[in-house]
Amino acid sequence: MASIDIEGIRKSFGAFPVLHGVDLTIRDGEFIVLVGPSGCGKSTLLRMIAGLEEVTAGDIRIDGKRVNDLAPKDRDIAMVFQSYALYPHMSVADNMSYSLRLRRSTKEKIASAVSGAAAKLGLDPLLERRPRALSGGQRQRVAMGRAIVRQPKAFLFDEPLSNLDARLREQMRAEIKKLHGDLRATSIYVTHDQIEAMTLADRIVAMHGGVVQQVGSPLDLYDRPANLFVAGFIGSPGMNFFEGRYIVSGDRADLRLANGVMLPVRRMAGIESGAAATLGIRPEHVAIAGGGALEAKVDLIEPTGFGIIMHVSVHDVPLKIFTLDRAMLTPGATVRIDLPQESLHLFDEEGRRLDRPPA
Amino acid sequence: MTHAAYHPATRPFRKRFADAAEPYLYSAPALILIVAVMLVPLVLGISYAFRDIQLLNPFSGGFIGLDHFRALGQDQAFFRALRNTLWWTGASVFLQFVFGLILALLLDKPFAGRGLAQALCFLPWAVPSFLAGLNWAWLFNPVIGPLPHWMYAFGILDAPNNILSDPQLAMWGPIIANVWWGIPFFAITLLAALQAIPRDLYEAASIDGAGPVQRFVSITLPFLAPTIAITILLRTVWISNFADLIVVMTNGGPADRTQIVASYIFTQAFKRLDFGYASAIALVLLVLLLVYSLLIVLLRQTLLNKD
Amino acid sequence: MRTRKLAFTLAHRLAILAYIAFALFPLFWLLKVSVTPNDLLYSEGVRMWPSRATLEHYTFVIAHSAFPTFFKNSLIVAGSTAVTVTILASLAGYALSRFRFRAKYWIVALMLITQMFPLVMLVAPIFKMLSPLGLTNSLTGLVIVYTAFNVPFATFLMQSFFDGIPKDLEEAAMIDGATQFIAFRQIILPLTLPGIAATLGFVFTAAWSELLFALMLISGNDAATFPVGLLTFVSKFSVDFGQMMAAGILALIPACLFFLLIQRYLVQGLTAGAVKG
Repeated sequence: MASIDIEGIRKSFGAFPVLHGVDLTIRDGEFIVLVGPSGCGKSTLLRMIAGLEEVTAGDIRIDGKRVNDLAPKDRDIAMVFQSYALYPHMSVADNMSYSLRLRRSTKEKIASAVSGAAAKLGLDPLLERRPRALSGGQRQRVAMGRAIVRQPKAFLFDEPLSNLDARLREQMRAEIKKLHGDLRATSIYVTHDQIEAMTLADRIVAMHGGVVQQVGSPLDLYDRPANLFVAGFIGSPGMNFFEGRYIVSGDRADLRLANGVMLPVRRMAGIESGAAATLGIRPEHVAIAGGGALEAKVDLIEPTGFGIIMHVSVHDVPLKIFTLDRAMLTPGATVRIDLPQESLHLFDEEGRRLDRPPA
Repeated sequence: MTHAAYHPATRPFRKRFADAAEPYLYSAPALILIVAVMLVPLVLGISYAFRDIQLLNPFSGGFIGLDHFRALGQDQAFFRALRNTLWWTGASVFLQFVFGLILALLLDKPFAGRGLAQALCFLPWAVPSFLAGLNWAWLFNPVIGPLPHWMYAFGILDAPNNILSDPQLAMWGPIIANVWWGIPFFAITLLAALQAIPRDLYEAASIDGAGPVQRFVSITLPFLAPTIAITILLRTVWISNFADLIVVMTNGGPADRTQIVASYIFTQAFKRLDFGYASAIALVLLVLLLVYSLLIVLLRQTLLNKD
Repeated sequence: MRTRKLAFTLAHRLAILAYIAFALFPLFWLLKVSVTPNDLLYSEGVRMWPSRATLEHYTFVIAHSAFPTFFKNSLIVAGSTAVTVTILASLAGYALSRFRFRAKYWIVALMLITQMFPLVMLVAPIFKMLSPLGLTNSLTGLVIVYTAFNVPFATFLMQSFFDGIPKDLEEAAMIDGATQFIAFRQIILPLTLPGIAATLGFVFTAAWSELLFALMLISGNDAATFPVGLLTFVSKFSVDFGQMMAAGILALIPACLFFLLIQRYLVQGLTAGAVKG
């Protein structure tokens, strides 16, 4: 197991820059998730760590040793591909033992390594089958088995669950998490699905436009998103945003929306009265209260079984609410709501998080 | 978090060189052979056009400038060969394309025995060209072939003659042989393109109310258009240079009436062993082909720019 | 409605049958004359099948003529060419499929150009080039020339088959510890067996049929390939049609066999390339 250091990494494809300076330190045994929308550079970063893409500038160190010039085969890492990339003409057992056979390991070592990995993943009955005779979930396990057999310094996952249906994805997520608990292997996992990021990661690296937006534990990103992108990306249903101007008068601070509505907010540091700002509140934090300050008109109800997503509008400004309360509300009805101050997030005109002045 | 100073990644020179050289190492053997056996003779051949090279005359080889081209300008056989080349290429390509397209359309949808039918219909392409030529020459020969007799019976000929000896009709012999031999090529290429058309489109069109002819015109043809264009272009060039059938069936006769430029080059080189003159004709052919290709490229550019 | 469908199907089957008949008839006639005994050859000219069939022409061709030599020479030349071309084309096709390098555009352009110009042009210079090397009138000379002629198309064919195999497989192999070349040999090549079969078959057929360069370069019977042998026989003597046709049928067999085996892969290969774009 090893630590991985990423220092000042830049990447361009020809004249087209994709990564604009990424710094990251991954501790031994940590499960890091690189998450972000398509095109943010997360897969490129992963492939650079694997040695499948050239580094344009910066250094990658595995266990302190600079690996920029090492071929993938010399970096002692294992990778699980989105398409599994199983060798079609080999059996499952041969797929898993390929790397050891290349290294000319002894037959006994190969057999014990393969059976050990197969036992962990429940692959014993499938060892003699060809990949085309396996289901998607089984293939994914074989891909992981192939990686485990190597006992590498680090595991790299490139969107491994994207090709599976929803139910299978839940199952595999739990299995990956359990496996990480058993093996305690340094892992870097790339996904565009924020749920996978939240459930699997020790730390999340949120990326957008080739730049790291925030690094932190899942709850860090959920409770204190560093900017508008992270706030909107993490959490489902997504955070509600209101744009307006931050107005201070006396002891009060409000966000004045374009249509004149004033939403009370806390006083923040680092912003002048009159400046543009964005208010954020998660749907699950909007309070439905009989004496609520705002009146909302119900537009649409989406029951999810567990709770209800309500689409409402406040003075013609759309808002989503997530509530466990099964109150029989119908479109057209009105309901009174509150936006609790402690659940509000405020972002300046650059999208950066604003905080209260230190006490 | 540490920040490294920005510095471009430097790799050891040996590794960079090895990485860059890898694709060349893979392609080198093929390239060396092509350059040695095709490019070098091409350049040599172009030089021969300006020299007097008679294989039987050991003293030949001198530079004679444009003499060959002057002779070429007066050579009636050459101009007839040019006309024949147009006739030969045009008729062959058109007939091969039409019948090949029909065959591809027939084979597109699955039916019982399609595999066998496909293999049998494509079989002519496996027949060596010289054999196809001989085969058809024999078919047209009234002595042992049925065609003259059938053509006479159907009233196409007024006597069961060998059309290959008839100056008016001789060209049709190699053309028919060429069509027989060439339909599979068009059929295979067009079939592959047809099979790549997503079936959903046809289903959507039927639901929208399109009949078979409309579906053909609005879905099949547009999808097929690029393949048709490329195939016809390539085959035109290829067929205009395809001398085997003519050499075998008529040797350019009777009286040079079936000679095309490519076969004329061959007879000059092979029969008269006048490499210089043959090379001069070949050079003219090459220039004509380049002009043709340039016209096509220009046409393609204007069509693309119109969009 | 049903009758319309039935009529349509009938027309379709008839059309297919017409094509099959057109394709097979010349070959059938070849067969027919080859088993017609000499005395019936001219009198029964237009019959569909001789009243008395015989194999005397075949026995003559095989036992008493130079055709077995021609056959053997053609096998050697076509076989060697097919194998050599497939090896060279696999390497070059792999390079074109997997690597991004500057000269790629020029290499592709070069190969395309070689497909465009008339090979007839090269007849004279190649003869003059091979003559001092002692490679005229030799099978080796023919193999070298045929290999060069066929490599460009074979390279494109192999490239389109390689394009059909996802790059992940090599990447997985390289992460597992393989160099690119090992990944090429152990992982990719086994998966392109159809492509290899198609290329072998295609080149074999092309080399087997080549006429002009064989005619130009070969002068004696010892090194003559089938086309040359057959053609010289036809022009030399008063033509013995029965024997000629028997020899023709024999010439057909290897080419047709190969073709029947691989024609399915050809359509597959052309489609694979097409789908990729």
